[in-house]
Amino acid sequence: MFQSVSLEYFLILAAVLFSIGSIGVLTRRNAIIIFMSIELMLNSVNLTLVSFASFLGDSAGMIFVFFVMAVAASEAAVGLAIVLALFRQKQTVNVDEVNIMKW
Amino acid sequence: MSLTFIFFTVLAILAIASAIVTITARNPVISALSLVFHFFMLAGLYLTLNAQFIAAIQILVYAGAIMVLVIFVIMLLNLGDEEKLKEKFNLRKVIAVLLASVLIIQFFLIYLLTRSGKIEIAENTAKLSTVQSIGQVLFSEYLLPFEAIGLLLLAAIIGAIVLAKRKLT
Repeated sequence: MFQSVSLEYFLILAAVLFSIGSIGVLTRRNAIIIFMSIELMLNSVNLTLVSFASFLGDSAGMIFVFFVMAVAASEAAVGLAIVLALFRQKQTVNVDEVNIMKW
Repeated sequence: MSLTFIFFTVLAILAIASAIVTITARNPVISALSLVFHFFMLAGLYLTLNAQFIAAIQILVYAGAIMVLVIFVIMLLNLGDEEKLKEKFNLRKVIAVLLASVLIIQFFLIYLLTRSGKIEIAENTAKLSTVQSIGQVLFSEYLLPFEAIGLLLLAAIIGAIVLAKRKLT
């Protein structure tokens, strides 16, 4: 059983990392740390895609990882610009104090 | 135990540990640096999966570009007084951890119920994951998504500049 690393090991590792990222999004109030937790979740999905790609011998998963990375990069740029604009307006990055769009 | 298994175990433990440090550290700089460490561990895991190109762009794009951006923003905001950001409600944390454990139990149930039976990496993976073969697929079969990603990045650049400008005139 412990001779080779099967697909399940990678999937379970990715699931654990995804759950850690979701705990981070749900518990932290600092906008930048929420942001980094989202990056953690995106990376665990990337790990799933790459492990399926290499165990099935199909390069489609790797192409998708490429696209996910591009989307993550543009999300980082826009999200951090929003955080900057927010800090300029309200002098805080605590998401609880930002309730301007709350109904 | 095979060498691959030892390599995988060490990388997986370090990846989980640095992910936990990322979400629990009080200082954002520490959590950013441990996230960089996490990205390096993931690149190592991609290498165990025979995906060299993905490992390289993982380090280049994530550890190189995105995290530099995050650290720049942390430095710009000068978040010295982290005490103000201290979380007040503990009930919310408990509920969050409960929800996440429900999530992970669901994942484990799915994996236990559906064994894939794949225990070896496919033989042609090392050939598939070279820059040449990925480039050939990317510029033929996935050409339209590639162009769309280019447009998305352009829109993101313009959006970031507009949002980060001091005054909209």
